[in-house]
Amino acid sequence: MANTAHAHAAAAQGETRRDFLLHSTVAVGAVGTAMMVWPLINSMNPAADTLALASTEFSIAGVAEGSGITVVWRGKPVFVRHRTAAEIEQAKKDDTADLRDPATDAKRAQKPAYLILVGVCTHLGCIPLGMKTGEPRGDFGGFFCPCHGSHYDTSGRIRKGPAPLNLAVPPYQYISDTTVRVG
Amino acid sequence: MRKFLLAAAAAFILPTLVSGAPAFAAEEVKPMHREWNFNGLLGKFDKQQLQRGFQVYKEVCASCHSLNFISFRNLESIGYSEDQVKVIAAEYQITDGPDENGDMFQRPGRPSDHIPHPFANDQLARASNGGALPPDLSLMTKAREDGPNYVYSLMLGYKDAPNGFELNPGMSYNEFFPGHQIAMPQQITDDRVTYADGTKASADQIAQDVVAFLHWAAEPKLEVRHATGIRVMLFAFLFTVLAYFYKRRLWARLEKH
Amino acid sequence: MSTEKSRLMKAWEWHEQRLPIGHFLDHSLGSKYPAPKNLNYWWNFGSLALFMLVTMIITGVFLAMNYTAHVTLAFSSVERIMRDVNNGWLIRYMHANGASFFFIVVYIHIFRGLYYGSYKPPREVLWWMGVVIYLLMMATAFMGYVLPWGQMSFWGATVITNLFSAIPAVGDAIVTLLWGGFSVDNPTLNRFFALHYLLPFVIVGVVFIHIWALHIPGSNNPLGIDAAPADKIPFFPYYVAKDVFGLGVFLMAYFAVVFWLPNAMGHPLNYVPANPMVTPPHIVPEWYYLPFYAILRAIPDKLLGVVAMFGSILILFVLPWLDRHPVRSATFRPIFKIFFWIFLANAVLLGYCGSQAAEGWPLIASRIGTFWYFFHFIVLLPLLSWIETPKPLPASISQPVLSPAE
Repeated sequence: MANTAHAHAAAAQGETRRDFLLHSTVAVGAVGTAMMVWPLINSMNPAADTLALASTEFSIAGVAEGSGITVVWRGKPVFVRHRTAAEIEQAKKDDTADLRDPATDAKRAQKPAYLILVGVCTHLGCIPLGMKTGEPRGDFGGFFCPCHGSHYDTSGRIRKGPAPLNLAVPPYQYISDTTVRVG
Repeated sequence: MRKFLLAAAAAFILPTLVSGAPAFAAEEVKPMHREWNFNGLLGKFDKQQLQRGFQVYKEVCASCHSLNFISFRNLESIGYSEDQVKVIAAEYQITDGPDENGDMFQRPGRPSDHIPHPFANDQLARASNGGALPPDLSLMTKAREDGPNYVYSLMLGYKDAPNGFELNPGMSYNEFFPGHQIAMPQQITDDRVTYADGTKASADQIAQDVVAFLHWAAEPKLEVRHATGIRVMLFAFLFTVLAYFYKRRLWARLEKH
Repeated sequence: MSTEKSRLMKAWEWHEQRLPIGHFLDHSLGSKYPAPKNLNYWWNFGSLALFMLVTMIITGVFLAMNYTAHVTLAFSSVERIMRDVNNGWLIRYMHANGASFFFIVVYIHIFRGLYYGSYKPPREVLWWMGVVIYLLMMATAFMGYVLPWGQMSFWGATVITNLFSAIPAVGDAIVTLLWGGFSVDNPTLNRFFALHYLLPFVIVGVVFIHIWALHIPGSNNPLGIDAAPADKIPFFPYYVAKDVFGLGVFLMAYFAVVFWLPNAMGHPLNYVPANPMVTPPHIVPEWYYLPFYAILRAIPDKLLGVVAMFGSILILFVLPWLDRHPVRSATFRPIFKIFFWIFLANAVLLGYCGSQAAEGWPLIASRIGTFWYFFHFIVLLPLLSWIETPKPLPASISQPVLSPAE
């Protein structure tokens, strides 16, 4: 009787140690697998050369009043529009309008004459119309996204339609009077 | 188990020996051997040395040899700050364009630019070098058997041709080059460069520095590879030990019966 | 707590009735799959091969996300992986060396089968499927080696595709078809990439059949006798635990190479971009093809050389009928055992000869080695099946007659 009990106890002890070993082996294996999975997933993030190309320079010397150019930055269009006096005034006046994403025009354009925006609709990523002559500019004279009907004003602020936010202003600086670097 | 381990070790080692066997059976001189501090389990680059090597590349090699896979931004990993890299990049003129008139133009280099090629194309490179094409150096230490030692030996292996050796015009004799006739004249001599950090520029020192720099250029992830390797190995070892003891305990259950 | 558990159990049972995946796994690699209790560590290499197949597919898929299959960009896209892609160097070194380790594991797996007679009845179809996997692996590895578009990639592709020009009458047309042009060029690279991505999944399919065929008779064992039900133990947990331990040991060897000798098994010239105008002085294939390359070069006739090279692999298909000795394991066949080791040494010798220039003593040695390779299969094995007297076989795995085998 006593012998059997002893044997049982010993067996139980062996059992526990085995469980402990099993659990630690499985745990270490699982952590190891996870640590191996991360480098694979992370390889899909932007590579070093992609990150390094994150700035673009261009000249605004040839952009006449009332017209604009589109430059490429990070694979996306950047709108550069040389606004007319009327457009600037309208944009300033609308600072106090009922805006979905309130922002003043002064905050959105470093120099009032040049509106520089990422030309990607904040709804689902289409490129709004309004840069070329003859293209519809929407109800507010700025930009109009044909995909789902978002209207932007002369400061690129969302005024009507499904888009939640204003057209983004990229980080940019004037290197000289006529040269701008985006990014 | 022991027999298995021995056999397994042999099975792992044999193919390596076979593949590691010298590929060039022809009369080839073994390069001089040096201990490089980037070799070994935790081998690292000496950043000071890499900067000296970059100086040698810039002042000596770069007039003929390109370094296609290196961008200026990469120089940050040999110890230059972001601002220093910008200054270095701006010393170079990069062809960019076309501009709005359709013309190509020159502008100062930026960190994201590649180090420019010394020749516009391979044909010009050949024409400027007596018909020989100076190879790109970005992968040179990996593109030759025992690369770092080979390049080091080649740099220092210039000698007068032995009596009776037919040297073609315009060629130089090099002990370590296959066939001994090399189109590149001797470049590395004492005090060929004046080091910015004051290190004495003996020919041997210059050769070492440029080899270290080229090995960094060929294998820029070497340090992180070694550091990751150590951690992975320790982890794998822990896993294996645990798995071994679990397996032994589990199988002990069978042996009782 | 208990109702929670029973609810989970119920959900699991609901699912099992509709798709018995747990049942399937339990019967294929779990507690319902009985395996002989005396399998030694040489039996680990099957599961290791499966592990390597999965590793190669996963790392390969992530490499493919950054690789460009175009002659002007292939080499630099690989260098971009090595330099700019996050952890790209690790993924590529794991893939490149993974190929070598996959072959190491599979060669051990094959030689284990040769030693213990695992190709003999009733496992002939299992053996065939293994040979098919091996052939597919060689094709996949060859095309993968072309992708970095280095000098060895290009000239290896040129030499290997030219093998098919040895076929009488239609050879040249076949080679042109393989190339999609008049030399190895962009169309070749493009299709090799497509096939290199496809074939591993074909291998997965054949591996399924291989494992299916394994489950009909069950595993062979070191004694080579049929295992009685009493001598079998469930695959899970016993062999799973043993395989996991083996995996740990294997990983340390694999990682040692990946992290410290990542280029030792590759050829330096593959770090030189492909140049169709300059042939390297000495072309060598990857190490795992070297014995066959030696056989190819041993024979001074183009067609016969190619026939001998392919024949040296295809002969494995008929091995079960060349070696008809009723005893499976070399443990009980003293003469066969000696010739097994000679065969193995000969294969290594051929491998060495394949790495050397085809001249002088390596050429003579590769001729002798080629002769011996075929002599072993065509003459020795049938002869031994006829004349060799085996040692007495044990009655069962539990009761060895003679000294207990390992």
